[in-house]
Amino acid sequence: MTALVIAEHNNEELKPVTLNTVTAAQALDQDIHILVAGFSCSNIAESASKINGVSKVLLVDSTEYENFLAENISVLISNISGDYDYILAPTTTNGKNVMPRVAALLDVCQISDISAIDSSDTFQRPIYAGNCIATVQSNDSKKVITVRTTGFDPANGESGSAEIITLTEVNDAGISQFVKEEIAQSDRPELTAADVIISGGRGMQNGENFSLLEGIADKLGAAIGASRAAVDSGFVPNDYQVGQTGKIVAPDLYIAVGISGAIQHLAGMKDSKVIVAINKDEDAPIFQVADYGLVADLFEAMPELESKI
Amino acid sequence: MKVLVPIKRVVDYNVKVRPKSDESGVDLNNVKMAMNPFCEIAVEEAVKLKEAGSADEIIAVTIGTSASQEQLRTALALGADRAILIETDVEADPLGISKLLKAIVEKESPDLIILGKQAIDGDNNQTGQMLGALLGYPQATFASEVNLEDGKAIVTREIDGGLQTISINMPAIVTTDLRLNEPRYASLPNIMKAKSKPLDVIAAADLGIDIAPRMTTLKVSLPAQREAGIMVETVDELLDKLKNEAKVIS
Repeated sequence: MTALVIAEHNNEELKPVTLNTVTAAQALDQDIHILVAGFSCSNIAESASKINGVSKVLLVDSTEYENFLAENISVLISNISGDYDYILAPTTTNGKNVMPRVAALLDVCQISDISAIDSSDTFQRPIYAGNCIATVQSNDSKKVITVRTTGFDPANGESGSAEIITLTEVNDAGISQFVKEEIAQSDRPELTAADVIISGGRGMQNGENFSLLEGIADKLGAAIGASRAAVDSGFVPNDYQVGQTGKIVAPDLYIAVGISGAIQHLAGMKDSKVIVAINKDEDAPIFQVADYGLVADLFEAMPELESKI
Repeated sequence: MKVLVPIKRVVDYNVKVRPKSDESGVDLNNVKMAMNPFCEIAVEEAVKLKEAGSADEIIAVTIGTSASQEQLRTALALGADRAILIETDVEADPLGISKLLKAIVEKESPDLIILGKQAIDGDNNQTGQMLGALLGYPQATFASEVNLEDGKAIVTREIDGGLQTISINMPAIVTTDLRLNEPRYASLPNIMKAKSKPLDVIAAADLGIDIAPRMTTLKVSLPAQREAGIMVETVDELLDKLKNEAKVIS
């Protein structure tokens, strides 16, 4: 009985969500292998080998996998899946892109975005934008799973010493090509890895006003997020979006500014340890989940907050 | 060029659903139904391609009970040319849905298949990718821009941290993200016209495909509720609480 975890990385560093996915795998199986597929990524395999509880790292280092094209990676995973009872990836855009393809190649269903594990075949997952939690049982012998990483603590990433095995398996489906990538350059932490997040909503009124959050974010070492309403209104890019259709986050401190608190946003941040809401509408639903609420005009409160932190 | 747009009938976006009192499922009694919002974006993108002269025909398809004809009529009112209902009472999971769609793709041979990235009921985010695997077609998920040139789709995708552009050979699968376009509203004349557009009904059982769900829903419950905290009066009081009570900033 072995579980395979698909490492999330960008060929430069192993992403912390991999650690949470390993913890989920540990709840299912004793023996855990990690697949590191990418290009020029042997350093990622080194990092993965230090994760506590992992016995083997499978390294596939080839240009075909450099850009994580689903057509190529899914065939790789399906080809090496024989020995595994569970195949898990974090619910990132990569995981969401690749894993259903793997499941279909293996003719099994995928259990998407699990937030808790009840038993070897029974899982909890949010449905209807987090309005309900479904407890589902999979009858497939092989289980393909994406993991809502905020539901699981990170595994220790320093104490392990797994063996690294290099595989030479290469698949180029030849039907998709990478063209380019525009990754926002920021000195701030990534949303899914940040200890503190400050997010703006429709109340920010426009994109320029997000600068009011930047000074505070810099002082707190925070990431900046946004509600779907702010993204829909074109204030900020989609990768800022926190919510059921965006990123799921659970930082130590989440500050919601000018966000009313639609269920689809709450679904993405309600597992945060401490939630602060600042909104001029005292009836805003966000106050129902906030630990600390401040009814105030954000255009006065934000500069004051920045100056006093 | 032919475009196939698989759509789904779901609970209206504005409805806050609740579990049934016996937790056997979601309470859908007397709830307003609508086309899944991401599917609306998919229909809109297909209509735009037709308006730009890239597409000749748009076929909307769905799988479900006869009630789903309502959403197919909406797709027809928005600009689809014809529609197909694969009728079944089985609540198929994404794998079963993908297998049924594969049969339609093999019959219709579309050049492009545009789907919503996920349905807002099950939030699975699987069908497009699974269909791609079953057909051996490439996929561009979470699309925010689609351009067609020389038998390829050049698609910009919303990924963690930014945007990725890939080029995929057609026939291809595209799944839509929020910012791809803003769906139009159906005009009254178009709603009337849609009533006379062709809508074929195929019994799922006649396709001879096993769509029995592999997953059983044991229960549906409310998520753990977060208790409301306290209101503070000033920024100073807020900072004091964060420093000395919650101890999350120093």
